[in-house]
Amino acid sequence: MTTTAPRGTGAASPGHGGEGPAPRRAAIAARTLRTDRWWLQPLLTVLALVAFVGYSTFRAFQNAYYFSEPYISPFYSPCITTGCEGETFPELFTGPAWISPAIYILVVPLGFRLTCYYYRKAYYRSFWLSPPACAVAEPHRRYTGETRLPLLGQNLHRYFFYLGLLFNVVLTYDAVLAFRDETGAWGHMGLGTLVLLANAALLWLYSLSCHSCRHAVGGRINSFSRHPLRYRAWTLVSRLNARHMQYAWISLFGVAFADFYVFLLATGTISDPRFF
Amino acid sequence: MELERHSYDVVVVGAGGAGLRAAIAAHEAGARTAVVCKSLLGKAHTVMAEGGIAAAMGNAYAEDDWRVHFRDTMRGGKMLNHWRMAQLHAQEAPDRVRELEDWGALFDRTPDGLISQRDFGGHRYARLAHVGDRTGLELIRTLQQRTVALGVDVYMECTVTRLLTGPAGGGGAGEEHGITGAFGYWRESGRFLAWEAPSVVLATGGIGKAWKVTSNSWEYTGDGHSLALAAGAGLVNMEFVQFHPTGMVWPPSVRGILVTESVRGDGGVLRNSAGNRFMFDYIPDFFRKETAETEDEADRWYDDKKNNRRPPELLPRDEVARAINSEVKAGRGSPHGGVFLDIASRRPAEYVRRRLPSMYHQFKELADVDITAEAMEVGPTCHYVMGGVEVDPDTAAASVPGLFAAGEVAGGMHGSNRLGGNSLSDLLVFGRRAGAAAAEHAGKRAGLVALREEALAEAARAALEPFEREGGENPYAVQSELQQTMHDLVGIIRTAPEMERALKRIAVLRERVAALSVEGHRQYNPGWHLALDLPHLLAVSECVARAALAREESRGGHTRDDFPAADPGWGRLNLVCTRTPDGAVTVTRQPLPEMPPELAEVFEEQT
Amino acid sequence: MTEPGEPSIGAVDEGQGGNRGGYDATFRVWRGEASGGELQTFTVPVNEGEVVLDVIHRLQATQAGDLAVRWNCKAGKCGSCSAEVNGRPRLMCLTRMSTFAEDETVTVTPLRTFPVIRDLVTDVSYNYEKAAQIPAFTPRPRDPDGNHRMQQVDVDRPQEFRKCIECWLCQNTCHVIRDHEENKAAFAGPRFLIRLAELDMHPLDVVDRRDAAQEEFGLGYCNITKCCSEVCPEGIHLTDNGIIPLKERVVDRKYDPLTWLGSKIRRRRPD
Repeated sequence: MTTTAPRGTGAASPGHGGEGPAPRRAAIAARTLRTDRWWLQPLLTVLALVAFVGYSTFRAFQNAYYFSEPYISPFYSPCITTGCEGETFPELFTGPAWISPAIYILVVPLGFRLTCYYYRKAYYRSFWLSPPACAVAEPHRRYTGETRLPLLGQNLHRYFFYLGLLFNVVLTYDAVLAFRDETGAWGHMGLGTLVLLANAALLWLYSLSCHSCRHAVGGRINSFSRHPLRYRAWTLVSRLNARHMQYAWISLFGVAFADFYVFLLATGTISDPRFF
Repeated sequence: MELERHSYDVVVVGAGGAGLRAAIAAHEAGARTAVVCKSLLGKAHTVMAEGGIAAAMGNAYAEDDWRVHFRDTMRGGKMLNHWRMAQLHAQEAPDRVRELEDWGALFDRTPDGLISQRDFGGHRYARLAHVGDRTGLELIRTLQQRTVALGVDVYMECTVTRLLTGPAGGGGAGEEHGITGAFGYWRESGRFLAWEAPSVVLATGGIGKAWKVTSNSWEYTGDGHSLALAAGAGLVNMEFVQFHPTGMVWPPSVRGILVTESVRGDGGVLRNSAGNRFMFDYIPDFFRKETAETEDEADRWYDDKKNNRRPPELLPRDEVARAINSEVKAGRGSPHGGVFLDIASRRPAEYVRRRLPSMYHQFKELADVDITAEAMEVGPTCHYVMGGVEVDPDTAAASVPGLFAAGEVAGGMHGSNRLGGNSLSDLLVFGRRAGAAAAEHAGKRAGLVALREEALAEAARAALEPFEREGGENPYAVQSELQQTMHDLVGIIRTAPEMERALKRIAVLRERVAALSVEGHRQYNPGWHLALDLPHLLAVSECVARAALAREESRGGHTRDDFPAADPGWGRLNLVCTRTPDGAVTVTRQPLPEMPPELAEVFEEQT
Repeated sequence: MTEPGEPSIGAVDEGQGGNRGGYDATFRVWRGEASGGELQTFTVPVNEGEVVLDVIHRLQATQAGDLAVRWNCKAGKCGSCSAEVNGRPRLMCLTRMSTFAEDETVTVTPLRTFPVIRDLVTDVSYNYEKAAQIPAFTPRPRDPDGNHRMQQVDVDRPQEFRKCIECWLCQNTCHVIRDHEENKAAFAGPRFLIRLAELDMHPLDVVDRRDAAQEEFGLGYCNITKCCSEVCPEGIHLTDNGIIPLKERVVDRKYDPLTWLGSKIRRRRPD
């Protein structure tokens, strides 16, 4: 008599990744049978991100035109070296003159966005093609995901989030300072003030809608009923979190635009329209 | 003979709620247990149950207790239920629900953290434990995960075609005849296998696929009913088939798919083409005392159940189905031959989406109808068979030693009509009892049963017959003709001449089934599978038609146009179908078991 | 009982009232088995209101009696009829024919990630093996009166994951195993990551599965590209509500310096 066992046909037969269909799978040669324009989304993502990276790299290394009283570009804030234009932040040290002050601080917003759960999806799909779109085969032979270094480091997202909050405070402070005029007197408001305010607001929305934030304010607890305040906070952040992707894009363009606006002022291309 | 063989103490046929609950009970009683199911694990028809599990836990109304539930069940079944089953069911359902929570189920909650209970047709108090409108899914998933955690063997996509019987080592004088195992095939490969087991629990569900418009899936071909009949057991109450009043009627491809009763429990009303709430015209005297007479009173009931009577939309299912049938016949139906079920004009869209998410989803996806904005079109659909294997209430044992039955395949519990919510509790209560009793039975017979080689060879030969015939008929054509016959002639409203015609047609169909042929080979061949299911469908169809022809009255899920009233004489009788040695079905009358006086009192004190 | 000419339930039928929106569609259906197969082309009538599964059934009943397809409820509740329609993982019963142009060829293929058994039926036992490996639900004791008490706000989150109908579309579409057969051993797939999330968020459960999620079920393989959420017919937010919160909970446990320090100092933490 055969042994008593449930059906165990076993599906995990390792060793055939990336080399055409594994044995026993349906033999379908096409990489995908999707008939829609699945390549459009990753293409747009690549174009948008390349444009941003190109522009921001140029501006970060330019080391000029980032300050136009009373406005400072978000790329250069907090401006922490003695070489900084304007007086927006305590000057902490003197670095080599050829290093732009933006370089010292870039790691925080860059790290925050690089490890962000939304951007990870965006660049894994569009740059790494892993996968380019759902049900479209990826080109890589092997895949280990975020199980080992360096991608294991994505788990540091929450620490970038905390640091990013500090930056948001600084950028909000910059926007508040923009209510002073060139002479330092309060009671000024120009278009630049609005631009910096909007930029700060969008960065807050992007940061507070972050998945790590959602976890920290309440997601980690299992008993919401015993923590009504944290439940309220979690509910609020969850609502923001549903639009995290939108905030990620809008705030990205917001930062670039705020910088560009300061650039235009600093180069004298335009002058700042004043409301009062 | 060359085939895969296994040996168990208990083999459970069917992996719906009853089957899985039986397997858990048998395993916990120490039996080596296997579950055999036609589909993948977790796909059973139980997932379609939406409303909830009826159990008098008293979480919503402290006045509720098992006696009230017992009374509601008996009255819903028009007193034809086996009183002992109804009693055990009402008494044990609350514990069966609580134990699901220990296995991970997450029911909706009351404000003080207990299991929330909802209103349903025929139940005096709100008593259906539920999870939105996907309670069946929660139940099946919970039992499935428990079964897996216990390590019970599951034979998925495997069909049982025969119960094997023989000398079963009863220990009495001479050899007692009883269950020795089961024979079946893997759907995937078409290969045969046999289980040697002193106990078999049937939990195969119902017979809805004999009708054209049904809420049931392809699996519901009456296998368990037919296997039990062939093994020598009796089928009781087969004339009672429940047509759920609200199935989808449009588009044609989804006709029959269920629209949960919760739509009405949560405020939905039925209207005809003139916009009238016609149910007020169909309140039978039997329920007049507890049913609202005006729309105002009915509407107040949703908020104040103590001082108002129930809306007539929540009458038992048989009443509502007949009323809809009459409205459509009178020419007051909706464009696609149903009536309107309207919750859109009565409840805010947000409320509907929260309380009835799967219904919202179902209409949106399948019919492109937004139920928060427009009325649904609904009509009766074959839903449940009250009849089934006649069993001992305490052990779920059939008359054949070693054979047990639980859930829809068992008869007696629901009498002539089942209340909504009582099926999920039924399968938990009697699934557990069947599993425990099957384990106990097996304990006494371990090692005493053996499979007879010639029976296995015969079962294999019979299963392969359709391949050997050539040029025969396509099984799909025969099935659709049977469905049309049952729809037209043994539907909601029945007459003697029509049922006689149905029986003649069934006899012809039986000959055609014997001459079927199928194309292709044995590997995952749906045509072959259907050819093997068809004899079961014919057997149960014949039982329904014969019993329905014999019962010359109208009661519950059996309405005779030629005998429109309930007859007190018939109210004391059950009909039992059995197989005669020459293969024919006979119907015998059997007096109802007598209810003990202390239970009979329940009906006097509370009317 | 229905007399001829009398209105009856569901009186409008496929056979009556002429050709209401009916047309002939071109279907390409993959037919074959593990040893090989191909796309076969059929021309098949389509009626108003039908879904892809109806058309497959019509093929079965009229042109290809042995066409293998798995299905049960035909109402989007059981999750049996999963396949790929025009390259996209779908339930055939929830894919309305009206979403295609009448002259559009509809291609139906089996799930790619699992071994094929025959035609549109695949061997999904990988999923059942993974299910069996998940450490079982383990509740705290009941209250003295025999009840468990939980608030609705506490059960809302795990209830979302219990809507799962186990159609395996998320498992099928996940590139971790779709494109890399060798990862099946180390990766449980989105369905079981949300099962772990469900248990971790369950108000009654007392077992900590966070280490297991990372080490045994391959949570780190997920690169949150969200295809699982895209294909879920139940609209479960697998990534945002399940997998990401689970990743964050794992960070609490494994990559949080304070927790790490605490575990070094006290050796055993109470949770």
